[in-house]
Amino acid sequence: MKIDRAHLDKIAHLARLEFDEKDAEKMMQDMTAIVDWVEKLKEVNTDGVEPLTTMSYETNMFREDEVKDHLSHERALLNAPKKDNDYFRVPKVIE
Amino acid sequence: MKSYASFREIQNDLQRGTISCHDLVRHYLSNIDEKAHLNVFLSVYADEALSRAKEIDHKIKTGTAGKLAGLVVGLKDVLAYKDHPLQASSKILNGFISQYNATAVQRLLDADAIIIGRQNCDEFAMGSSNENSAFGPVLNDIDNTRVPGGSSGGSAVAVMADMCQVSLGSDTGGSVRQPAAFCGVVGLKPTYSRISRFGLVAYASSFDCIGIFSKSVEDVALVLEVIAGADEFDSTVSLQPVQPYSEALHTGNTQKKRIAYIRELTSEALQPEIRENIFRVINKLKQEGNSVEEVEFPLMDYILPTYYILATAEASSNLSRFDGVRYGHRSERTTDLESMYKKSRSEGFGKEVQRRILLGTFVLSASYYDAYYTKAQKVRRIIREKTKEILKKFDFIVMPITPTTAFKIGEHTDNPLEMYLADLFSVQANVVGLPAISIPCGKDKNGLPIGLQVIADDFEELKLLQFSKYIIGLNQ
Repeated sequence: MKIDRAHLDKIAHLARLEFDEKDAEKMMQDMTAIVDWVEKLKEVNTDGVEPLTTMSYETNMFREDEVKDHLSHERALLNAPKKDNDYFRVPKVIE
Repeated sequence: MKSYASFREIQNDLQRGTISCHDLVRHYLSNIDEKAHLNVFLSVYADEALSRAKEIDHKIKTGTAGKLAGLVVGLKDVLAYKDHPLQASSKILNGFISQYNATAVQRLLDADAIIIGRQNCDEFAMGSSNENSAFGPVLNDIDNTRVPGGSSGGSAVAVMADMCQVSLGSDTGGSVRQPAAFCGVVGLKPTYSRISRFGLVAYASSFDCIGIFSKSVEDVALVLEVIAGADEFDSTVSLQPVQPYSEALHTGNTQKKRIAYIRELTSEALQPEIRENIFRVINKLKQEGNSVEEVEFPLMDYILPTYYILATAEASSNLSRFDGVRYGHRSERTTDLESMYKKSRSEGFGKEVQRRILLGTFVLSASYYDAYYTKAQKVRRIIREKTKEILKKFDFIVMPITPTTAFKIGEHTDNPLEMYLADLFSVQANVVGLPAISIPCGKDKNGLPIGLQVIADDFEELKLLQFSKYIIGLNQ
């Protein structure tokens, strides 16, 4: 399957990425080659096979709903690129 | 100071008092310094490691030291170590400081191990050569024009070049075993969910495993028994009891084994010296009275595509958290919320990471979800069942870990597909969730190390480690 520019732009938007002209060209080529390659899976007969959705042997782990130590407010904000005393700051969303 | 082949030798000398933890740390620091050109460490915690060494020397004197006293460990830059930098070798996490310890790291510290630094790797553990790091490539210590393998390249070289005794890495598609093979050290990927993933930077959560590098199987066994097991911070981690691997390793297991090797071992794509060296081991195993048989695995060609569909899908979801809001890089060119996301992510992530996010987003997008993602989940089940069938009849599967020995820097960087094929033999264990190990198995004509891979059934780490020790004995 050929991944064209419109297709790339759509996927890039979903992934919140953007590409200039030069990078887009290379990315389309690589994506087309990789998608063609993974299409090989169509050769495998999977009729009646259930998808394998988890690798863990443990399911439904329950625990008591107790308050325990957690990351403090100060520590949670420590790595923020922009913050005030209480919150993460982002560009204005509502005019 | 000499280079120690195993932690047991270090412990003996510490007990005798011929060396101290402080001497050991200084020894590793001087090697790190001398071989700085290999680009292994992104941070070295010199002063901290030295002062901790003094504390542990005191504990040894007073008989209160933990199980790993004297063990100096390096951490791949994907493991959280509280109040230390962590950035998965990516610009997007510039300046990030861990706010807690990964469970594996906490358990090392509790057992009195000393952490010496943070090791270079492929960005977000995506790569097979350690060339995808925002900090530049790591060089192989045997030949500086060659790659050390990836993604845990720095961790493998650190053990190879005696910059620490043990490294912790991560193995999502072979990222511990492949560099271990390229660097001539032992690398273990345990069963999926054997070690808690809490504090491990997520790449593909149904594949990710913390793995262990060392020069000896004994060290790997000891570290595994310390860090494995139940953890209230990881709901997927196995509750199966952890066996006393290190002690049981010495009791030995003399029963003859049934061993399968896959037919692809005779493939032309495999470097002839790798084939020859592995057949040498196979013949020795036969001479010793073990039964060794060739088996067919007709699904071989489908393992890599299955892996790349599922791992990239999980990566696209896991890496959505890097949005420039709560931590990491935020673009200076931000005008509104959407441009903040797009520019921060496009500036912060390297090209291979962007490629995998795009592929993952593609296979998860509404029109393609069933054709690619669900299809790959179904094929994954078939691959798992067929592999488990082999392990019903045999104790182990033996195969190469890499099709070639360490390749040249830049050899595959233009073609991502070519690079993906370097994982041909390593991804099966991740797709299926089985424990697998890479052990040194001779060298090629250029003196480059060859690795032998052994795969065992779920949670059979003890059997796997005992057998690895036995093979290493046969090879000597």
